[in-house]
Amino acid sequence: MTPEELRKLAESQEEARPAPRHRIKICVAAGCLSAGSDRVRDALQNEVTRRGLENECEVQGVGCLGLCTMGPLMLVEPDGVMYQNVTESDAAAIVESLGKKPVEQLVCPSDMSFFTKQYKIVLENSGVIDPEKIEDYIARDGYTALARVLEDMSPQDVIDEITRSGLRGRGGAGYPTGLKWSTVAKAGGTRKFVICNADEGDPGAFMDRSVLESDPHRVLEGMAIAAYAVGASQGYLYVRAEYPLAVKRLRTAIRQAERLGLLGNNICGTTFSFHVDIRLGAGAFVCGEETALIASIEGKRGQPRPRPPYPAEYGLWGYPTLINNVETFANIAPIIRNGGDWFASIGTEKSKGTKVFALAGRVKNTGLIEVPMGITLREIIFDIGGGIPDGHRFKAVQTGGPSGGCIPEQYLDMPVDYESLAKVGSIMGSGGMIVMDETSCMVDVAKFFMDFCVSESCGKCVPCRVGTVQMYNILNRITSGEATMEDLALLEELCDMVKYTSLCGLGQTAPNPVLSTLQYFRDEYVAHIVDKQCPAGVCQMRQ
Amino acid sequence: MHFTKPSPPSDDKRWRIVEATMRRHGYDPYALIETLHSVQQTFGYLETEALQYVAKALRVPLSKVYGVATFYHFFTLKPQGEHTCVVCMGTACYIKGAPHVVSAISEKYQVQPGETTSDGKLSLLTARCIGACGLAPAVVFDGEVAGKVTPEEALERIGRWTAQ
Amino acid sequence: MNQPVRVKTLKIDDRDVSGREDETILEIARQNGIFIPTLCNLQGLTPIGACRLCLVEIKGVSRLLPACVTRVEEGMEVYTQSERLQKYRRMVLELLFSERNHICSVCVVNGHCELQSMAQVLGMTHVSVPYRFPRLPVDASHERFVVDHNRCILCTRCVRVCDEIEGAHTWDVMGRGIDSRVITDLNQAWGESETCTSCGKCVNVCPTGALFEKGKPVSERLKKRQFLPYLTMMREERR
Ligand SMILES: Cc1cc2nc3c(=O)[nH]c(=O)nc-3n(C[C@H](O)[C@H](O)[C@H](O)COP(=O)(O)O)c2cc1C
Ligand code: SF4
Ligand code: SF4
Ligand code: SF4
Ligand code: SF4
Ligand code: FES
Ligand code: FES
Ligand code: FES
Repeated sequence: MTPEELRKLAESQEEARPAPRHRIKICVAAGCLSAGSDRVRDALQNEVTRRGLENECEVQGVGCLGLCTMGPLMLVEPDGVMYQNVTESDAAAIVESLGKKPVEQLVCPSDMSFFTKQYKIVLENSGVIDPEKIEDYIARDGYTALARVLEDMSPQDVIDEITRSGLRGRGGAGYPTGLKWSTVAKAGGTRKFVICNADEGDPGAFMDRSVLESDPHRVLEGMAIAAYAVGASQGYLYVRAEYPLAVKRLRTAIRQAERLGLLGNNICGTTFSFHVDIRLGAGAFVCGEETALIASIEGKRGQPRPRPPYPAEYGLWGYPTLINNVETFANIAPIIRNGGDWFASIGTEKSKGTKVFALAGRVKNTGLIEVPMGITLREIIFDIGGGIPDGHRFKAVQTGGPSGGCIPEQYLDMPVDYESLAKVGSIMGSGGMIVMDETSCMVDVAKFFMDFCVSESCGKCVPCRVGTVQMYNILNRITSGEATMEDLALLEELCDMVKYTSLCGLGQTAPNPVLSTLQYFRDEYVAHIVDKQCPAGVCQMRQ
Repeated sequence: MHFTKPSPPSDDKRWRIVEATMRRHGYDPYALIETLHSVQQTFGYLETEALQYVAKALRVPLSKVYGVATFYHFFTLKPQGEHTCVVCMGTACYIKGAPHVVSAISEKYQVQPGETTSDGKLSLLTARCIGACGLAPAVVFDGEVAGKVTPEEALERIGRWTAQ
Repeated sequence: MNQPVRVKTLKIDDRDVSGREDETILEIARQNGIFIPTLCNLQGLTPIGACRLCLVEIKGVSRLLPACVTRVEEGMEVYTQSERLQKYRRMVLELLFSERNHICSVCVVNGHCELQSMAQVLGMTHVSVPYRFPRLPVDASHERFVVDHNRCILCTRCVRVCDEIEGAHTWDVMGRGIDSRVITDLNQAWGESETCTSCGKCVNVCPTGALFEKGKPVSERLKKRQFLPYLTMMREERR
C-alpha cells in the first residue's frame, strides 16, 4: 500500500461511514470505569435508541480523556463540550441537549490549564479515535509514516531521522533511541528481533497501558518502522497479563493491520516482512528489565543476567534484539511524519519531545497528562494538577516509582528533564508522578517502596535478595519506634552496598527512595528514632 | 527416540484449550509460560497434575516448571475463593489509604492478603496500580472496579457476598 | 568460522597480564596467581555472576563488574583489592550468614565449607546485620543424601551441575526473592524424585553444608570436585 492508497482508503472510509451528526465519546478506561462509565455509556445508548436517534448520534467508548478524577468524563462532538462526573440519570438531559445549549451543571471547562498546558504527541489520538478501528487511525495519518519509510527511505535514513530527533528511551533510563537502533542495525547475524516493553511495572503508573488501550496501532507502526531500520522480521509485544483490555485491543489491531497488508509478509507490497506476536507477562516487576524480559519470553524464570553482552548484540535466543518502551515506539511515527527537526524543537537541550505522566496522589486534578520536556514541576502540580486539595500543603513529589526519589519543595521550579531529575536524586522513570502533602510520612513512603522491592526481587544476587530485606526490617523498626541511630548508620551502609553491588537495575536503584528521603527529610527519620514520634502521624509507634 | 505426546490428566474437555495453545507453539519448551497462562485461565489455578502434564508435553524438566510457576505471582497453585477482592496497593492508592482497607478486611475475615478464607468464600488479593489512580484507593470486587473506596464501603460490599 | 583467537593484554592490580579474548578476568587472574574471591562460580559450570563476591573495579567503568563473567579487553586496568571492594565483599558474606541459619560449630561441614573459609580469608569478624532465623526444613528422604535448607546460599551450583553435567535437571529454584528455595522435581521429597540418578554430583559441588552425604564422619565430608574439569574437558574434546 502506497501513501497515496492509504489516503484513498482513509477517504473512502469517511464516505462509507457518513459521520453521524453527533458523537458522544465516553471514556471507558480504568479510571472512569471504576466510576461506572460503562453503565453511563449503556444509559446513553438506551436513550439514543429510545428516541430513535441511532443514525443521528453515535455513542462511542474511547480511551482515557485525561482528567480521571472527574470521571466519568465524556466529550460531545462536534460541539466540543466536555462533561464531568456524569451519572446514568444524566443521560436523558445530555441526549436532549445535543445541538443545543450544553447541560450547564455537568460541563467540564476545557479551557482550564489542565488541558491548555499540555502538548500531545503520544496521546494525540487518545480519547479521540476508536481504538478498535484501524480506519480511525488511518484517517488521522496512521501508517503513512510506515508507508513513507518503505517507499522512500533506507534503513540508515530512518535511523538518522530518529537520531536527529534526539528521542531518548521512555522506559526510564533515557538511552538515545537512534544510537540503540544503530547498534542493532550494525550487529551481524541472520535473525534479529524487535521487542516492545509493555511490562509497565511502576506501581503507581499507567501511561503505557493507556496508550495501548487508546491507540494500539501507533505502537505497532513504531515497531514496524524500527524493524525495518534494524533489519528484523519478527517482533514481540511483552504485555502484563494484568492488562487484559490492552491485550485484546492489541490482538484486534494486529489482525486488522495484517488484513490491510500493513503487518505480515510483504508489507505495502515491498519485500519487507514483519510479524508481531504478543507475550504475556505474569506478575513480575523485574521482567521490565530487558534481560529478564528476554528470559521470560524464552519461557524461563524472569531473572536478569549480567550485561554486557547487551541485548543489542546478544538478545532473544542469542540474536541481536532491539528493546524499546511503549511510549518510545509511540513517538516514532510522528517523528517520521513531521521530521526529526520538528521533534527536536520541542523540549530542552538534552531532553527532546514530550513526556506522559500519570499524575496522582494529593493533587486536585489527577489523571494522565502529556507535557513538553522542560516544563517545571510547579507548572505540572499547580497549574495542570490544580494544586493540593483541602487546604493542605505540598510536601514532596515522587517520580520514577521504586527506582526514583522524592523531590522536595525547593526544587519545584526545576525543569523536568532526565538530567535535572537525576541531579536531585530522582529519575525521570517511566512516568509515575505522585504528589504528597504533609499527611504523608516520608519514612513510611520509603518503607512502601522497599517492601515493593523485597517482594519483586528475583532472588538471584545476594545484595538485592538479602540486602533489601535487611533494609526493610530497619525501616520497619524506625516506623515502629524501635530503631537506634546505629540502625540508621547501618541502613545507609546497606544502601551504598546494595546500590553498587547488585546485578541489575532493580537492586541498583532499590535504595533510591531511601537515599532521597534521607537527603531531604532526615529530620523525619530522626524524629522517629529519637523522639519516637511520627511527625505526619502515619506510623503507629510501639511503646 | 521418538516423542509421543502424553494424554491430558483427565478427559475434561477443557484440556483441549490447553492442547490448542501448545499446538500453536509447536510443543516448544519455550511455550511454557503461555501454556501455564492457558491452564490457569481455563481451570483457575495450576494443579499438580496439570504441571506434570505440561512438563511432559513440552519436555521441560519438572523442577523447572515448578520454578517458573512459583516465580510469577500471577500464577496460583491453589484454587481461588468463590469471591475475590483485589485491593490496589499501588503508590497512589497507598498514599490515599489503601492499607486501611486491606487491614479492615483482613481483620474482619481473618484472611491475609494473597490468601483465601477457610470456608473458601473470599480471596483477598492486592495489586500494584490498576490504572485508576485518579480515583484512589481503588478496589476490584469480583472483576468490577470501584473507586474512592473506604474501609466501611469495602466491608459492606463483601458483607453482601457473605450474607448470601 | 575458525578465526584465530586474539590475545589481549591488560593490567590486573598493576601487573601486566594477557589472555585470550574469550577468557574472563577471573580466569586470567587465576592463571597469574591473583586471588579474587568467588562463591557461585565453579570452573566447569556456566558462570552466572550472582554472589557478587568477585566484583572488581575497572578504570573508566563506573560500575563494578563481576570478574567471573566479564571478558578481558585490550588495555583494561583491573583492580581487585581496593578497600571499598573488600568492604562490600565482607558485607555480602554478612548478608549470607544472616539470611539463613549458620552455626558452624554444629554444622556437618565445619572446617570444609567454602562460605566459612571465605569468611576467614576475607576477614569477616562479625555479622553486623541481625540474623533472620527463618524456619526451614531438612529433607533426609534420599537414601544417600540430605538437603538442609538452613545452610543453602542459593548459589545454584547444584542446579547447574545436575542440568549441565548430569543431564537430569532434578534441581531448580522455586519462588523468588528472599523466599527462593532449591527444589527437587515438583517440590517433592528428594527421595521420591523420579529424575535423580543418585550420582552425587550436586553434593560434591555444593559449597556449604546444605547438601551432604549421610552417615560419614565430618573428616570425610570433603567435597570431591576433580570430576568436573575432567568431564568438561572430555566433552569439549568430543565436539
Ligand atoms: C527493574 C526494572 C524494571 C523495568 N521496568 C520497565 C518497564 O516496566 N517498562 C519499560 O519500558 N522499561 C522498563 N525498564 C527499563 C528496560 O530495562 C529498558 O531499559 C527499556 O525497556 C528500554 O527501552 P527505552 O530505551 O525505549 O526506554 C525496567 C528496568 C529495570 C531495571
Ligand atoms: S538486583 Fe535483584 S532483581 Fe536484579 S538480579 Fe539481583 S536479585 Fe534479581
Ligand atoms: S554451611 Fe558453612 S558457614 Fe554455614 S554453618 Fe555450615 S560451616 Fe558454617
Ligand atoms: S544426585 Fe545427581 S541426579 Fe541426583 S540431584 Fe544430585 S546431581 Fe542431580
Ligand atoms: S544446595 Fe548447595 S549448591 Fe545448591 S544452591 Fe544451595 S548452597 Fe548452592
Ligand atoms: S480514565 Fe477516564 S479520563 Fe482517564
Ligand atoms: S495506584 Fe491504585 S490504581 Fe494506580
Ligand atoms: S563468583 Fe562471580 S558473582 Fe559469584
